[in-house]
Amino acid sequence: MNALPEESERNLVLEVRGLSVSYGKVEALHGLALQVHRGEIVTVIGPNGAGKTTLLSALIGLLPARGEIIYLGESQGAGRRVEQLVRQGMTLVPEKRELFAEMSVADNLLLGAFDRYRAGHRDELETMDQVFDIFPRLMERRAQMAGTLSGGERQMLAMGRALMAKPRLLLLDEPSLGLAPLIIREIFRTVAQLKKTGVAILLVEQNARAALQLADYGYVLETGELCLEGPSRELATDPRVIESYLGLGGRHLEPR
Amino acid sequence: MDLQIALLLGQDGITNGAIYALLALALVLVFAVTRVIFIPQGEFVAFGALTLASLQAGKLPGTVWLLLAMGTLIAVIESSLALRERRFREIPLLLMVNCGAPLLLAGTLFAISPASLPLPVQVLLALMLVVPLGPMIYRLAYQPVAEASVLVLLIVSVAMHVTLIGIGLLFFGAEGSRTPPFTDVTFEIGDALLQGQTILVMVASVLLIVALYFFFERTIYGKALRATAMNRTGARLMGISGNLAGMLSFTLAAAIGAFSGILISPLTTIYYDSGFLIGLKGFVGAIIGGLASYPVAAAGAILVGLLESYSSFHASAFKEVIVFTLIIPVLLWRSLTTRHVEEG
Repeated sequence: MNALPEESERNLVLEVRGLSVSYGKVEALHGLALQVHRGEIVTVIGPNGAGKTTLLSALIGLLPARGEIIYLGESQGAGRRVEQLVRQGMTLVPEKRELFAEMSVADNLLLGAFDRYRAGHRDELETMDQVFDIFPRLMERRAQMAGTLSGGERQMLAMGRALMAKPRLLLLDEPSLGLAPLIIREIFRTVAQLKKTGVAILLVEQNARAALQLADYGYVLETGELCLEGPSRELATDPRVIESYLGLGGRHLEPR
Repeated sequence: MDLQIALLLGQDGITNGAIYALLALALVLVFAVTRVIFIPQGEFVAFGALTLASLQAGKLPGTVWLLLAMGTLIAVIESSLALRERRFREIPLLLMVNCGAPLLLAGTLFAISPASLPLPVQVLLALMLVVPLGPMIYRLAYQPVAEASVLVLLIVSVAMHVTLIGIGLLFFGAEGSRTPPFTDVTFEIGDALLQGQTILVMVASVLLIVALYFFFERTIYGKALRATAMNRTGARLMGISGNLAGMLSFTLAAAIGAFSGILISPLTTIYYDSGFLIGLKGFVGAIIGGLASYPVAAAGAILVGLLESYSSFHASAFKEVIVFTLIIPVLLWRSLTTRHVEEG
């Protein structure tokens, strides 16, 4: 009985308590609490403007936030910086991808390992081979400029670049945004594969059906507050979720 | 004008143009990475040349004091920040880098007599004294306002320029200096006489440009700088902080400036304020490249050098006027052909 909480404590990658973010006087997030464990996919679903991107930006330190963020057992103070969190293995794949458009695919990937290189690791070429195994398409396109890639390839490159950092916590911001259904399926299949490598994944999605199918645990974010949470299988059958996000008759909720 | 004079002027123009090209590259680099229009770029030329001249004259260059003062200031700021954020372990390193290293350098200069050292060692010492000023200026003047608008950064640059000119006058006095040439070799090509120093300037400039190319194309730090210039947020998410990129680009800019100054100090007398005009001509080249394109900026700077050289023959009094008037058609052409998107 005693061993159980310790076990889950040890595997706790991220714990957030009372997280609030304001843009000026407007509060975008209010009192959020969530947990992500090792080797777990946690999803936050919610409509446009609920504050999903704000949540991830605050977690990685791009936005100032109030409340407690405990990452790998360490409480992150108000002075936390993106660079420190990246050094500790937190990586964000942003909604806008933020690729280096006038650089080759290979150089984009290489820069994903910049911080590891700076910290003294010299395994970036092996890591790149692993990323090419996950995304063979990137291998074919490795000499091409990132700006000339298709939408799906861009998303693959953004994810591949994040994986180059060998993250412990991967934050994915709407990987399905603007992609064709077939490509979305491919991306989500890859996310499921990544889970097996032990990385913790926090997936923020508007495409609730796909996200809940993939995730172990889910939260529903509405106008800056978490209004529902639970194992994703339960959420997927929760009448409130079905009504708001999954639609009647199990019809597919298309991404914007 | 006969062929001999034309060749002589051309040689002069290309030599100066090569220096302007180096400065233009530094200006484009600093602007692309940090959005700073680095007006004090020319001051590094003067500081480099005059520091070398002081060393050769057996005097202690004033730049030592500047290095010590700025190093101490940064050590105090960084240490108090580290204290507040309880990063105690970093403090010894902070003190060592910012105070210890300049003190060591100053001590070395006191202990030995630099005037009797061989030229390469003197050049190295001068670079060691002037180049660290670049990242230090970034840390003190630009890093606190790194997120400000281009205009605010420009105003900081103007202030830095005026301050450094004043400091230059204090350290080096109003008299100019000229260092002895690195080499006395001369070549005769037909009727024209080629000075060894001129060739040295060209070769060194080309080598430096090639080295920069390899730095940006082949090394991960060079790529990180390019990435920062392309997408600041993306670069931050890779752990490439704006501060790191800023420090790195200012170090390169300072090195390029100081090295240029050392290269031309045997060719022309450098005064404490000579750097401004030299830097400004590099800036004209950078403008031709739209503050974005490295090759066009370098080519533009060579053009500036040639234009200056030939106009000094035909209309010596209007030399500067002609060079700087070049900006007007270039700006017109640029504003008519490019669609400008202001980044927020």
